[in-house]
Amino acid sequence: MSVNADLAGRRANDSESEVGLWVFLASEVMFFGLLFYGYTITRMAHPQAFAIASAHTDVLLGSLNALVIFTSSLTVALAARSLRLGAQRASFWLLAVTLTLGVLFLAIKCYEYYGDIDKHLVPWGDFALHGPLAGGERMFFFMYFVMTGAHAIHLTVGLGLLAFMLAGVGRGAYTQKNTEAVELTALYWAVVDTVWIFLYPILYLVHRS
Amino acid sequence: MSYPLVSLPVAATPYAEKVEGLFWAVTGVCTLVTLGIAVAMTYFCFRYRSGAEVDRTLPDLAAGKSRSRRIEATWIAVPFAFFLIFFAWGAKLYYVYDDPPDNALQIFVTAKQWMWKVEHADGRREINELHVPVDQPVKLVMTSQDVIHDFYVPAFREKRDILPGRYTVLWFEPTLAGVYPLRCDEFCGTGHSMMTGRVYVMSREAYSRWLASGSQAPSLARLGFDRFRELGCSGCHGPSSRIHAPSLAGVYGQMVPLSDGSFVRFDDGYIRDSILQPARQIAAGYSNDMPPFAGRVSEQDLLELTAYIRSLANTSPDVPQGNHLQ
Amino acid sequence: MSTAIVEPALPEPEGNYLENGYSLRSWLTTTDHKRIAILYAVTITAFFFMGGTAATLMRLELISPTPLIMGAETYNKLFTAHGVIMVWFFLIPSIPATLGNFLIPMMVGAKDVALPRVNLLSWYIFVLGGMFVIVTLIAGGIDTGWTFYVPLSTRYSDTQVVYGVVGIFIAGFSSILTGLNFIVTVHRLRAPGLTWFKLPLFVWAIYATSIILVLATPVLAMTLVLLAMQRVFGLGIFDALLGGDPILFQHMFWFYSHPAVYIMVLPAMGVASEVISCFARKPVFGYRTMAYAIAAIAAFGFMVWGHHLFVAGQSLYASLVFSFLSYVVAIPSAIKVFNWTATLYKGSITFEAPMLYALGFVGLFLIGGLTGLYLASLALDANLSDTYFVVAHFHYIMVGGSVMAYFAGIHFWWPKITGRMYPESWSRLAAIVIFIGFNLTFFPQFILGLEGMPRRYFEYAPQFQFLNILSSAGASILAAGYALPVLYLTWSIRHGPHVGRNPWGAKGLEWQTRSPPPVENFDVPLRIPERPYDYDPEAEEAKRK
Repeated sequence: MSVNADLAGRRANDSESEVGLWVFLASEVMFFGLLFYGYTITRMAHPQAFAIASAHTDVLLGSLNALVIFTSSLTVALAARSLRLGAQRASFWLLAVTLTLGVLFLAIKCYEYYGDIDKHLVPWGDFALHGPLAGGERMFFFMYFVMTGAHAIHLTVGLGLLAFMLAGVGRGAYTQKNTEAVELTALYWAVVDTVWIFLYPILYLVHRS
Repeated sequence: MSYPLVSLPVAATPYAEKVEGLFWAVTGVCTLVTLGIAVAMTYFCFRYRSGAEVDRTLPDLAAGKSRSRRIEATWIAVPFAFFLIFFAWGAKLYYVYDDPPDNALQIFVTAKQWMWKVEHADGRREINELHVPVDQPVKLVMTSQDVIHDFYVPAFREKRDILPGRYTVLWFEPTLAGVYPLRCDEFCGTGHSMMTGRVYVMSREAYSRWLASGSQAPSLARLGFDRFRELGCSGCHGPSSRIHAPSLAGVYGQMVPLSDGSFVRFDDGYIRDSILQPARQIAAGYSNDMPPFAGRVSEQDLLELTAYIRSLANTSPDVPQGNHLQ
Repeated sequence: MSTAIVEPALPEPEGNYLENGYSLRSWLTTTDHKRIAILYAVTITAFFFMGGTAATLMRLELISPTPLIMGAETYNKLFTAHGVIMVWFFLIPSIPATLGNFLIPMMVGAKDVALPRVNLLSWYIFVLGGMFVIVTLIAGGIDTGWTFYVPLSTRYSDTQVVYGVVGIFIAGFSSILTGLNFIVTVHRLRAPGLTWFKLPLFVWAIYATSIILVLATPVLAMTLVLLAMQRVFGLGIFDALLGGDPILFQHMFWFYSHPAVYIMVLPAMGVASEVISCFARKPVFGYRTMAYAIAAIAAFGFMVWGHHLFVAGQSLYASLVFSFLSYVVAIPSAIKVFNWTATLYKGSITFEAPMLYALGFVGLFLIGGLTGLYLASLALDANLSDTYFVVAHFHYIMVGGSVMAYFAGIHFWWPKITGRMYPESWSRLAAIVIFIGFNLTFFPQFILGLEGMPRRYFEYAPQFQFLNILSSAGASILAAGYALPVLYLTWSIRHGPHVGRNPWGAKGLEWQTRSPPPVENFDVPLRIPERPYDYDPEAEEAKRK
């Protein structure tokens, strides 16, 4: 590694990767930030259309997914903690649960998309909502698909990381002495969860009182 | 035909002259700075070139530091002062000239790939040409039928982008008669560089002659009145209507209250939005009864209806509508 | 003078990084930052000549006010290709991915960047993005301009917009990963005793650039996603027919693209500081101010994007704020020009090629920056926006500025990178030819803008022809000037004289090691100096007598 590290006799790897991950997270904020900005400006110009369109989202499935992902965030945090405390098996199973919940999220999402397509809520082509506010309603669903799609892609990457961590913890590559990769994965997963915390109300709960 | 090597466009409006003044002031300062730095660099490079026997001792560290700081502070503060002046001067000019005067002659411009369609209030139409009288403020209300274009007249030192789905406004008061190039200045596709035209600023007499020789087409407002009846607007907004709909007489240009407590100016953009999507801004004291006309009116219809409603600005609700039109 | 001696970790074998494997595979699977720098250099040079060919053809056509060798569609595709290639595939990566990659680890006393494999991945991603652009060109090109304004790019253009946008999207990840790598490297791999204010300004510049890369590029990526979705599916939030807002696209696009110009110029400023202090044998005047100025440019650079929308339909009040901030961001740049000039005072100056390029950079950047003051003014911009004045302004900064500085850097560090020296006379000649050709090409364009010639005009009014011919003549000289370094630098790789560790007598950690450097950079204990740029002009003069 670096001269600096060798001299100091410690592994600088930990702080390096952590700086790297915070930088990466900052770029993620900008990725999603741009989408939130586009959503906000469009919604400010079309408040009623967005409210009506949002009422057509499947709030049951969206809420279920929120529950699933919040829970998975808890389990992955516990998994990292367990590893730090030396509870290797607990960590393994908590990671397995997280991965399962993540897959469940995707499955629910796919089912939900299927329903959206069935209800002709896909804004291009044969769109179900008509009337004077249809333009704004189409734009709502445009952002709905783009934002949930981007989130789903990030989540899928997270699933890959989780699978990798699961294998690593399982075969003992990651242990109490080597928790960094698992901690960073947990941090990434927390970001994916946080994005959903913001997406959920703006997509499912507009004017649902 | 031979052309001069450099020919800056004439400044055809008082605003353009003021902009020229700012331009020369900035150019003067920038030229001095460029020369100053160029001279300093050249001088230093010559005097302190390697092999030159000159005194290179720098002041000792402490004295040198404070001297450096003072020098740096100066060349931060002085440019900042100039920049503030440039900013304020340009901003003030722009701000003062932002609002068109009330007596401005309103002309509609529709831009499309790759031509200019101009419509005067009296119905006269032009393609790629704009005839205006000298010493008269002119306000262009512009929209695009397709992509973003830009109305640029170098002689007026102004331009404004033209957007689809919206009206944008550009105004000027030419004081120098002449013919001035008009050029599209927002890249709009294959024919962008061919999308040019001419602005004819004419003396009073010439303009009267031009007006008189104009087509006998009905005025825009007259056409708008016809459209107003054809589309059924007069059914609710007419003086003898039994439907509770806001009167359109005598409100153009005023601030009007909306049902959510806010106020909006009753201008061309508001008229257009209200025709296309009335539900978005409902007048105070009224309910959401007006059907939207999006998809049922063309841009041309909108221009004509807007011209008609504008013509009601100084009429009262009791007068039969259309009486004031030619 | 030195405070710390840093031992290299391993005994270094003889040989250097160029000799560490001669196969193509050893190059394509390398994780050595120095080799990756060269991979980038080769790639961006290829793109430079592609973009330059487009410009050459454009300038040939513009000799005549009426169609000469092509039609309007071809011309529009050429200027789009020129912009897309030059901005994203040449300028943005140029100094950071080549000189930055090569030098940053050495300048902080490290063996490599923090994430060497990510570094290689960056290059592959860049090449993948570039391939999409090449595919786009082969498939007939794009004719929307590099700015992709909607609705032209989403509905009315029938060219390969999506391919091009995908290529740029992919290349963006290369930028983000490179920036991330540099940030971590500078934070974590500095040798002991090397505090921030002992770092060369080039490191500061690349660091600030990396912050912008990491924060701004994602914005472009998602903007392009929204653009592509709208084009492919026929509707989106920019669509006026739905009640969407075409100006929203412009805000999003310029929120990235303005900081992007600082990605292009900050590294150039870093190079200038290194070269000028070396060849004036004097520390950079006002080192701390220069460092703070770099940070200020990066920060304020994020706050001025609306100056591209003054005539676009933006509110007057927003425009006032953006105009004011645009003047504010000019101040740190002005400071840097003054400080470079002051660095020359009482120096001991020689005029090798790197210095000629660096001095040219200062002068041309000055003119480019001053003309930015016109464009920051609301009243003046309403006249000059989208005319050749703007074209001249940004070419003075990006070509007269960044490209000249890139050449300064290439010539300065060439002996370190290759272990060879290039012929001095040819290099000075090239610098002078480039300077003359550049000014002849672009100065007339300021006047064309003032005369009212819009940009992106394939045909123009006949009175503009004389200045256009001057500009095209200048372009041919500039092209010749650019060809020269390709020739003599390539020649020098085989036939140039070998050099030792420090042919210029420069300060900076990279000059303490061999030329070319060993694989892990340093073969001798590093002497970390008390302060950066500890040149002494009087001692230099005495030495040279």
